Amino acid sequence: MANLVAVVGIGQTKYQTRRTDVSIAGLVREAAVRALQDADLSWDDIEAVIIGKAPDMFEGVIMPEIYLTDALGCNGKPMLRVHTAGSVGGSTALVAASHVQSGTFNRVLTVTFEKQSESNAMWALSNPQPFSPHLNAGAGGYFAPIIREYMRRSGAPYDVGIKVATKDRLHGARNPLAHLQLPNITMKEVEESPMLWDPIRFLESCPSSDGACAMVICNETLAAQSPKRPAWIRGVAMRSEPTMYAGREEVNPQAGRDCVADVYQQAGITNPRQQLDCAEVYVPFSWYEPMWLENLGFAEEGKGWELTMAGATSLDEGGDIPWNCSGGVLSSNAIGASGMIRFAEAARQVRGDADQHQVEGATTALGHAYGGGAQFFAMWIVSSEKG
Amino acid sequence: MSQSEILSQEFELGFTYTRSTGPVVGRFLTALRDRNIVGIKGSDGAVYVPPMEYDPNTAEELSEFVEVGQAGEVVSWCWVSEPRESHPHDTAFAWAMIKLDGADIPMVHSVRVEREADMKTGMRVKVQWADEPRGHITDIACFVVEGAESPLGAAGMNAKREMITGMEAPIYLKYHFTAGAATSRFLGKVRQGKLVGQRCPSCNNVYIPPRGSCAACGVATEEEVEVADKCTLESFTIVYIPIPNNPIQPPYIIANLIPDGANISFIHLLSECVNEEIHIGQRVQAVWKPEAEWTYAMDNIKYFKPIDEPDVPIEQIGKIPAAGVPAAGAPVTGREG
Ligand SMILES: [Zn+2]
Repeated sequence: MANLVAVVGIGQTKYQTRRTDVSIAGLVREAAVRALQDADLSWDDIEAVIIGKAPDMFEGVIMPEIYLTDALGCNGKPMLRVHTAGSVGGSTALVAASHVQSGTFNRVLTVTFEKQSESNAMWALSNPQPFSPHLNAGAGGYFAPIIREYMRRSGAPYDVGIKVATKDRLHGARNPLAHLQLPNITMKEVEESPMLWDPIRFLESCPSSDGACAMVICNETLAAQSPKRPAWIRGVAMRSEPTMYAGREEVNPQAGRDCVADVYQQAGITNPRQQLDCAEVYVPFSWYEPMWLENLGFAEEGKGWELTMAGATSLDEGGDIPWNCSGGVLSSNAIGASGMIRFAEAARQVRGDADQHQVEGATTALGHAYGGGAQFFAMWIVSSEKG
Repeated sequence: MSQSEILSQEFELGFTYTRSTGPVVGRFLTALRDRNIVGIKGSDGAVYVPPMEYDPNTAEELSEFVEVGQAGEVVSWCWVSEPRESHPHDTAFAWAMIKLDGADIPMVHSVRVEREADMKTGMRVKVQWADEPRGHITDIACFVVEGAESPLGAAGMNAKREMITGMEAPIYLKYHFTAGAATSRFLGKVRQGKLVGQRCPSCNNVYIPPRGSCAACGVATEEEVEVADKCTLESFTIVYIPIPNNPIQPPYIIANLIPDGANISFIHLLSECVNEEIHIGQRVQAVWKPEAEWTYAMDNIKYFKPIDEPDVPIEQIGKIPAAGVPAAGAPVTGREG
């Protein structure tokens, strides 16, 4: 049985299009130092460092973990890099947590990052393949047909994605760290934004951001000595499945359903909409909110969009289960960090430390990440209570 | 299949990255542009060249820059008798660890001497500056034996110019890509104008293009099955934005297509259609290039276009046999072939 562990420090950079004032090392350092400060700790208090980022092609730095050892105080300490495509921020947090849950270490630092301004993610995700016509068209090109199939199956109104895109940007306007700051955005503006990959519009897509996110995770004894309220990790789960096989369910992937069933079981969640106070879920394209509402059991299959349209996921509309109060991936997308930002923002909520995007009285929250062709899933449940 | 029938292709993957240097590396590069070399003092008093942003021992942020000498001692070296294309010199040279005067930690750079016998550990070398420094490590063209004539570049210019904050990092990798047995078989058939997939012996699903295995069952696939060039539209997107390095001009339709006789989709272009009328379940067929142009590539099919057949009911998508859509009332037996 895993030991009880907690998040006791969280650090993030301000997400933005370009951080030309810092190197990659300077960027990850900024988040790491803020996490240490938040936990009132210094480098000597950290026993191991777990880092993660998305594919190396995004910055063209092969094995960046080697170059980052100095910036993260890793000399003489174990260091490990995790990689599971876009879900890496989540799986890195889980690998870090498992190092403490197992009793291997008492306290670890975990950091994820992306500096998208150094490259072009669209290029990196659309490379020509030998012996194949050049038809890869970025992440949007891959997910658009899956979204179209969801729209057909559910019969959802055309503007569900438009509503999510607007709602998450209004959430993001409450969060000073969010990349996009669009406090006056309207559904009309989203609807009139250019179509990129039909049915995905420009404003229904995530931005490209530079940024890093870090957390300090420690055991129960050390967490009790922490100056701020710990976020207790009540459940952790990862699942994966192959990208392509005959009959694969791409709209509502089995790996996602299995992963969430596991994490709910650990945390004693039988009715997520009722028992969770909020969720930070990886929604890089707006329609993934209703799709994941179903995959994660907040709504019956085909009914996720009804929650969105009723305002259930909106902080501004007083919804009962706000999703992505921080603005989500639609407001900030430093790819390698995006999953960890979800996990960290879930922890901020249950620590009561989310300022203007705080869900009042939040005690239990879900952090979620997915990656690859919606084939890697990572989730955790955090709570203000040990359980 | 014999070795010679496995297809392979030269392939280049590359991008010119735009790197932010940060203040420490930026200062080093700025100094190089002025034909100076700076290091940084660590917590233990050691001078690191090139400067490091963070102390390797204490992890503290470093900021005490130190100008070091432009000559030093070779601590270790290895001889490159046949330089590669990406090397800084086209004739034989040495890679060396060079401890500059005033530095405590050696840096890597190249040393140019006539022959390997001229290289010695402990030898003194000095900087040979590049003709036109630009704020890059290659501003040091190489090191040469101290005392040798330096045909180019005086040291220490000190022009007051803007600090360097970024640099381009062109990274281009050449691959020798080998297609593997299943893909080679598939492309060999495509060259003959046929689409041939493979059936999984465990779940009976037909894969196209075949990968030599079924990812669901974890077993090898060997039985070859010819599928039709008529397909059903599983889904699609219309791409309106230009994709880097892609010559196809938007808008264009990328369709997920399941050929009759197969149980999985591949992607290809859809054309000769009204974009607004395209829909899931629609029937389409391949438009092939003239036979004389056929090669080992799916580009032999120019695109797919809609055909005048009734839509496939949603629950039958991916289950149509190679012979085509069965007559009304007939059982669907796609999985059994
Ligand atoms: Zn199979």
